[in-house]
Amino acid sequence: MAMTVHVDIVSAEEQIFSGLAEFVALPGEAGELGILPGHMPLMTRIKPGAVRVKVPNQTEDELVFVAGGILEVQPGLVTVLADTAIRGRDLDEAKALEAKKLAEEAMANKTSQLDYAKAQAELAEAIAQLAAIQKLRKRAH
Amino acid sequence: MASGKEIRTKIKSVQNTRKITKAMEMVAASKMRKAQDRMRSARPYADKIRQLAANLSQANVTDYQHPFLARKGQVKRVGLILVTTDKGLCGGLNTNIQRVAINAMKEWEAAGATEVRACCIGNKGFGFMQRVGAKVISHVVHLGDTPHLEKLIGPVKIMLDAFQNDEIDAVYIAYTRFINTMKQEPVLEQLLPLTGDRLGTPEGSWDYLYEPDPQVVIDEMLVRYVEALVYQAVAENMASEQSARMVAMKAASDNAKNVIGELQLVYNKTRQAAITKELSEIVGGAAAV
Repeated sequence: MAMTVHVDIVSAEEQIFSGLAEFVALPGEAGELGILPGHMPLMTRIKPGAVRVKVPNQTEDELVFVAGGILEVQPGLVTVLADTAIRGRDLDEAKALEAKKLAEEAMANKTSQLDYAKAQAELAEAIAQLAAIQKLRKRAH
Repeated sequence: MASGKEIRTKIKSVQNTRKITKAMEMVAASKMRKAQDRMRSARPYADKIRQLAANLSQANVTDYQHPFLARKGQVKRVGLILVTTDKGLCGGLNTNIQRVAINAMKEWEAAGATEVRACCIGNKGFGFMQRVGAKVISHVVHLGDTPHLEKLIGPVKIMLDAFQNDEIDAVYIAYTRFINTMKQEPVLEQLLPLTGDRLGTPEGSWDYLYEPDPQVVIDEMLVRYVEALVYQAVAENMASEQSARMVAMKAASDNAKNVIGELQLVYNKTRQAAITKELSEIVGGAAAV
């Protein structure tokens, strides 16, 4: 069996990849890095780009896109702290378009803020009234 | 005694309120689960980065102490990041955290602090901070249901820069920690300078190979670390918000239900009294003839 190294790729929002790998390739700040098991301790920034992880017994490499981050290497452990990482295979145009549409809708809804605040104030008042009635009833009994 | 029509209108209005609170309760319940998941999925990153920071503090870096780790003498100016919700109707959540903030501000003042600079995350804290006279230096709203680090980078950077430029001597963060669905706890934590207990225990001591150089990497790492802590606070606050809202709305729905029941009883009694009265009038009239 080939030598392996444990690889963790995490972003602040989720854990993206965790498992063993035979080889990891990623875009370091000073150039493309290839890390094999037993690499010496290293800490560096990484540039936006794809992290390629060669998983044992799997023909296709795992691809993860990272928008920058920090890489830490210990002899048996590779940690990638990704800034904002989305899985590479999810990077399709449909998703980008959807995100754009959502943003536009959110912008268009700005005017409803005032109505919302007003409705909320009214509801809060109604709830307070109900609570007060309950209290009075309890005291009366 | 109120007439039948008046009571009917009142019942209708309470029923409408109940519909709304019930709906909000259910929405909050479903959002709560997602918010909790998000809070948990942020943990691996926080753990990793804490470990890294601990390793770094042990590594033999050539005489470089990062400003975030440096203690300053007397704390004169304080930075406070106040995490609140964007929307109300979530019980005492925001009131509690605001109380914690105001108590802390009084304490700082007693200890000789002259100025508080605030960063408000969420709508509700903004007005409060202005009222109590803190200088609000940054403000983020409309975080939505998913916290995004992108939105937090800006306000955190303002605080960090102020700290680095000696404009403030300490940075605190106030948020509501999620314990479980029924219990949320307002907490105030020191963010900067980074103290020992914030960092984990190192796995061993070795020297890293830094690329391009130690200072740049450490700077970047610590900024990420603080951002991760703030992100975690926001994620916890959101989970707390949804649970608090669910509980508050459940109480409101229950209250409404009781009130409807009692009003219904009064209404039935009035109606019956009216019928009885009418009947006796008819009987009385017939007897007179």
